[in-house]
Amino acid sequence: MMLDITGKRFLFFLISGVLILIGIISLVVFPLKPGIEFSSGSMLTVSFEQEVAQSELKQELVNLGYANVIIQRTGEGDFFIRTRELTGEDKAAMESALSARFGSVTEREFYSVSPMVAEETAQNAAIAVAVAAVGILLYITWAFRRMPKPFHYGICAIIALVHDVLVVLGIFSILGAILGWEINLMFITGILAVIGYSINNTVVVFDRIRENLTKGISTDFEVVVNTSLVETLSRSLNTSMTTIFVVLALLLFVGASIQNFAIVLLIGIVVGTYSSLCIAPTLLVVWQRKEWGKFIQWLPLPKAKGV
Amino acid sequence: MVRKNTLVFTIVLLLFAFAVCALIYPMFGRQEMRLGLDLQGGIHMVYQADLSEVEPGSESEAIDGAIAVIEQRINILGVTEPVIQKQGADRILVELPGISEAEKAKRLIGQTALLEFREQVEGEGGEMEWAPATATIDGKEKELTSSYFKENTYVTRDNLGRLLLIFEWNEEGSKLSEQITERLIGKPLGIFLSGEPLLGEDGQPIAPIVQEKITSRGQIEGLSLGEATELSELLNAGRIPVPLTPIYEQTVSPILGADFIDMSLKAGIIGIILVMLFMIAYYRLPGVLASLALIFYGALVLAIFKLIPVTLTLAGIGGFVLSIGMAVDANVLIFERMKEEFRTGRTLGAAIEAGFNRAWTAIRDSNVTTFIVCGILYWLGSILVAGAPVMGFAVTLFIGVAVSMFTAIVVTRTLLRLFVGTPLAQKTSLFSIYAGRK
Repeated sequence: MMLDITGKRFLFFLISGVLILIGIISLVVFPLKPGIEFSSGSMLTVSFEQEVAQSELKQELVNLGYANVIIQRTGEGDFFIRTRELTGEDKAAMESALSARFGSVTEREFYSVSPMVAEETAQNAAIAVAVAAVGILLYITWAFRRMPKPFHYGICAIIALVHDVLVVLGIFSILGAILGWEINLMFITGILAVIGYSINNTVVVFDRIRENLTKGISTDFEVVVNTSLVETLSRSLNTSMTTIFVVLALLLFVGASIQNFAIVLLIGIVVGTYSSLCIAPTLLVVWQRKEWGKFIQWLPLPKAKGV
Repeated sequence: MVRKNTLVFTIVLLLFAFAVCALIYPMFGRQEMRLGLDLQGGIHMVYQADLSEVEPGSESEAIDGAIAVIEQRINILGVTEPVIQKQGADRILVELPGISEAEKAKRLIGQTALLEFREQVEGEGGEMEWAPATATIDGKEKELTSSYFKENTYVTRDNLGRLLLIFEWNEEGSKLSEQITERLIGKPLGIFLSGEPLLGEDGQPIAPIVQEKITSRGQIEGLSLGEATELSELLNAGRIPVPLTPIYEQTVSPILGADFIDMSLKAGIIGIILVMLFMIAYYRLPGVLASLALIFYGALVLAIFKLIPVTLTLAGIGGFVLSIGMAVDANVLIFERMKEEFRTGRTLGAAIEAGFNRAWTAIRDSNVTTFIVCGILYWLGSILVAGAPVMGFAVTLFIGVAVSMFTAIVVTRTLLRLFVGTPLAQKTSLFSIYAGRK
């Protein structure tokens, strides 16, 4: 008895629909917090020789006139101090005030981004994500040019990709609300890496569909897709497994500086594997059978209420 | 075929030996891995030049001039391998690796390094104020500043042991100085640096009383040795011709950078071990061979990083560690394919060959998407002021995935072929693929 993945397609659509809906609601309720790379400002990492309480540090900085200061403690006992953009004099004044109050203070890292640079960064990052999506759509359409309807493959892969990005963003907005995480340039890098990874998986499945269609293993498209899925299943899971291992190693051993990136990858790999197995290929089936309407009927919704 | 395989195997071994040598010994003049600023510590600054006052058409010259002056100022610090580059049309990138005196460096770069001479005039409220000392040459009123210094100021001591900063006026400067000092005999001449009074070693503003007319040479008294030396070097380096504003700054202490290297090294090693254990547990003998190929992969990629050289950043190392996980993907694809082919009744040798051949299109097509993303990330990184990490990630991931295609296909296939003819290949337990045979 072969595992039937395509047969449960409506269930997968429902699960993904709910996930994306939660993600979108969460994005609306808890918008992503832009880091200084996107919103400008300064970030100072300092370590104190003496034990300093976070609340006292915050109070001191508020007294110095930084009302909107954000302070985070790192795993190593250092403090991230995030403020508006600091000039050299501002920073020197802040550091001497802090050392007067809390004793010897060492600057570990300083990062400062002007509004002009922040605006450019945000704009270009958005362009890059869009260009990546279009580039991949074109490539997949080209790679499957000998198939009937090559465009379908490209579109289904892109839908799976948008699905992955939305779920990652949604989860990240919840993490942002709970843990105060901000999105930075490494986050965008992670998102683009996830896009590449998820498409990579999808292409492997599509490649097998292409091969099985050429072989003519069945006249039923759904059977071809399902067979291809089952045949590539252990590969998909194993590769995700090895990639998750290394990402976990990054997350656990490198920690805070690369945390955003590693978390995005971790969520993205899991979601991307799921979507390349359960969403992209099953969408192909639905499209080929033109059964979009059936999904609505299948949904266990009380008809009177509507959506 | 056996003979050809032995040849390939020998080449692979030689390549591995070369990679290991390249990592251990200096090769092609490369001693060490090139580390990015976030790993070795240092300053990364981007300045925006204000070109509004520059004559149209000579903007590029103005920026080049500013870069030349910054280079000279950086030389004062003795930093090795500083990077000072034009970025776009009106920005200057300054990268100073491994510098421990970050604040001093920034002060030196940011200095306008203009000494102004001022005289006391009566203000509106009857109090004395400092106003620029001016004189008229050819009908034009000009302020007396260090822009008329010849670039040969130096520090010395007079016979009483007092520290002197000696400067010499150029032609125009001596005319101005002659008129002004003649007028101010018996009165103080204030010296201002960047709009602030120049303070002496005793913390008091330096404002000597003019004793006599000064035409060619002058001296400033009362500075500390350190200050006098720095000031004379700055003055000799010349003035930055356009106003510069810092728009981006990243300073990382060398200690933090060293921590990052340790941590990411640990992550890489643990990651590689986990991947190897998984591959061996799941695929047995082929897994062992894939693990050998993975070690080869690691050595080759790092050797390429060192020889090109790729500037390794934290994000770049992230890309490398990620590529370790993805590197076995080609092997996973091939091994799964081998299993399938074997189940259809092929011999082990035939299944191996078919596995490699049939998995190729999937490996190629799926990796192209990763290459597309790497290309886009590289582009993004190159246009962003803060883009170095993004670029580093793109480069290491690209090299990683490209090399993994080679190691997973050539190296693993060669190793597997070596095993096919041996009695080991008969031990069914070594190949998990026997388990599923119908």
